[in-house]
Amino acid sequence: MAEFFAMGGYAAYVWPAYGLAALVMVGLLVATLKGLRGAETTLKVLEGSRPARRRPRHKDSKGQAAAPSAAEVSEG
Amino acid sequence: MHRFANPARFQRLSAAILPWSAGATVILLIVGLYIALFSSPADYQQGNTVRIMYIHVPAAWMSLFVYVNMAIAAACGLVWKHPLADLFAKAAAPVGAGFTFICLVTGSLWGAPMWGTWWVWDARLTSVLILFFLYLGYMALVNAFDDPQRGMRAGNVLLLVGVVNVPIIKFSVEWWNTLHQPASVIRMGGPTIDPSMLVPLVVMALGFTTYFVTVVLLRLRSEIVQRKIQTLRLTEAQG
Repeated sequence: MAEFFAMGGYAAYVWPAYGLAALVMVGLLVATLKGLRGAETTLKVLEGSRPARRRPRHKDSKGQAAAPSAAEVSEG
Repeated sequence: MHRFANPARFQRLSAAILPWSAGATVILLIVGLYIALFSSPADYQQGNTVRIMYIHVPAAWMSLFVYVNMAIAAACGLVWKHPLADLFAKAAAPVGAGFTFICLVTGSLWGAPMWGTWWVWDARLTSVLILFFLYLGYMALVNAFDDPQRGMRAGNVLLLVGVVNVPIIKFSVEWWNTLHQPASVIRMGGPTIDPSMLVPLVVMALGFTTYFVTVVLLRLRSEIVQRKIQTLRLTEAQG
């Protein structure tokens, strides 16, 4: 086992190469997952904070749906 | 391709692919590392430093592969205003930069005992360093504008201009034959490398590719959520 870790005397070059690759790849994956979690939480908070305001706006954006609802409002 | 331009459809597709690409990455890298470190032979000239190759060469391939993919996405983004193409380039850039960094540092760690130097201004080494700066420049440029659309456009143009560097990297070892050795796997007339070393090389390269697919899909999801947040904030600010 010690012979394996010695890498024929090149341990100081072989292991840092593998270690750095692992560090960069795992680091990128962790940063990506953290970013995704954070963004998903922010989105949930934003969507949850104003659910009532989003629905009518959604209708407005369709144009046609907005016209009758505006008429209803003026009648009422 | 336009069928996949729809972000909602992309989210469903990526959810289906992700467990497979993640699983394949784990299996390929475990098998690849085992062959690379235990069951492949040491080189008759370079001894055990040859094991650095199983990281260095796949990382170098990935640095080019990712860049070419980003450039294709940049072209699609500029020509067809494909919404996911811009986001793909943005999501892939840090991964490509990471692979280029791994390639440069492991090359240095391999060069020190075998060439007797950490760094030379050899054509291959210099052109890969330029590739690394292209990645960093793209990431800086995309985030340098208040309007994300303009940042993406500028970044896409940079990616397309930087494509000239790709053939320079590939053929640098033939045009300027200084220190870096020429290709021994992807060359006319087939690989000249022994199968006992080609197998771990290919397995590691496949593992790096599935790793790239996994991380890019996750980053793309993140970018799409990020964009939704932006739209919500804008409508809220206007209302």
